[in-house]
Amino acid sequence: MLKSADNFCRQAVLYFIFIWFGIMVFAPNLLVLLASFLSRDPVWMLRLPLNLQNYRALADTKLLTVILKSLNLAFCTTLFCLLVAYPFTYFIARFAKEYRALFLMLIIVPFWTNSLIRNYALISILGDSGIVNSFLIKCGLISQPLKLLYTNLAVFIGMTYTLLPFMILPLYAVLEKLDRSLLEAAEDLGAGATAAFFRVVVPISAPGIVAGCIMVFLPALTLFYVADILGGEDSAVVGSVIRDQFTVVHNWPVGAAINIALTLFMLLLLHLYYKSGNSVDQEQPIW
Amino acid sequence: MVGRFFKYLYVSAVYLLLYVPLLVTIVFSFNDSASADTWNGFTMQWYKQLFADKSLINSAFRSLFLAAAAATCSTVIGTVIAVALHRYRFIGQKVVYGSLSVIMLSPEIIQGISLVVIFVILGIPLGFSTLLLSHTVFCFPFVTITILARLKGVSRDLAEAAADLGASDVDTVRFILIPLIVPAVFAGWLMSFTLSIDDVIISFFVGGKNYEILPLKIYSMVRTGIQPDVNALCAAMFFATFFVVMFSYRLVRTKK
Repeated sequence: MLKSADNFCRQAVLYFIFIWFGIMVFAPNLLVLLASFLSRDPVWMLRLPLNLQNYRALADTKLLTVILKSLNLAFCTTLFCLLVAYPFTYFIARFAKEYRALFLMLIIVPFWTNSLIRNYALISILGDSGIVNSFLIKCGLISQPLKLLYTNLAVFIGMTYTLLPFMILPLYAVLEKLDRSLLEAAEDLGAGATAAFFRVVVPISAPGIVAGCIMVFLPALTLFYVADILGGEDSAVVGSVIRDQFTVVHNWPVGAAINIALTLFMLLLLHLYYKSGNSVDQEQPIW
Repeated sequence: MVGRFFKYLYVSAVYLLLYVPLLVTIVFSFNDSASADTWNGFTMQWYKQLFADKSLINSAFRSLFLAAAAATCSTVIGTVIAVALHRYRFIGQKVVYGSLSVIMLSPEIIQGISLVVIFVILGIPLGFSTLLLSHTVFCFPFVTITILARLKGVSRDLAEAAADLGASDVDTVRFILIPLIVPAVFAGWLMSFTLSIDDVIISFFVGGKNYEILPLKIYSMVRTGIQPDVNALCAAMFFATFFVVMFSYRLVRTKK
């Protein structure tokens, strides 16, 4: 009697999992793939016949310029986030255990204010009469306010600010587990602090570095609202282009094609990440 | 000594950077000027204006309600999936594991587009239901992963001992596993709530005019300039969330 109830339970749960993943995870992505081969329809958004035209839009020079600029921005953002986050995370991962949870929590707290608002607040900091410029003028370093807002630099600052926690959290997952005795062993074997750091700590934390870089690089390509709020005329990112195709131009097939290209790029990065073999343990939270 | 000093200085500097925009939002909610970058003296007028503006308050409540509902749905679904992955061996298990990390790592725009395409094809009108489903989809992997990390330390012997003593599967889950994972379930709920409140891009695609949540309302105001009563609203929301979370965290802590 009990056994059959257990069995029923197992079946029900597994069916639920398959249906949930099928409808909410796999079907939507397959439909985007299908949509990228369909044609544009003014009323229904999509219609037959199938064709490859949409992917030709990717070769458009205007789009390519945006993509290259966006890749450049994402690259700079990722590098800068890594340089700032690594020492920071290394330090807090070495704090006493009872404080670590609190310090980690403090990283998440700003997220309770929507990131749109937090980026909007950067206007008060970077604007012509904003905090940075007033401070510099008061110090006598400059006489005219610097043009910071509505530039690519402002978008870079906004992206870095928004995405920094996504670099810190995966790094924390690996650095927290770092065994101190390994460093002592390195020292005993004659390694200096720098050598021990680069030859012991960095290789051990490599999975966290790669995971963090993926979690910063991909969103940095797509956070169109940061570019909208802080950027100028030519600050569009890949995400802005996709958004425009879906909501302004209403050309869903082309939007879907660009989205598929982005998805393939993501899968390539993930493939390299898992193939490198030392991925963050699958059952460990990435952040 | 110098190294120690430098270390604390550096850590504080990064925290300061993370908090400055938040502090600016709070400070400017008391600013006696509609400009976003000049300080003109203290005022409470934006808070008064805020409480007069029903549509803004309503969109904030919609956001909070959506986040709480989505966090609850994703906690239930995420917990079921975590427990199933821990207890059962089944075909496609690897695929399920893999998809969890792919969902967590995919940029929001990819998920937003794929969800809006399926909603439009299925003819589901965009609104509360689509927002709730979408937020649940992008939050549940975080719950599952948090709980799996907790279950990893739990020996299978516990479940076997329970079975030997005559407990059914359901009893084992209810009396052994669930009590063990309560802190992880709570952490997962909080994570989902946070992600849902912070989300802009997915909501932008799957949200509809008939259920306008706060980020979408603010996004539509960005180009014309945001009035400081939005700052007041965000400051108020931040403190409300902060106290609720601290309170419930305390509650869970003392129970343990």
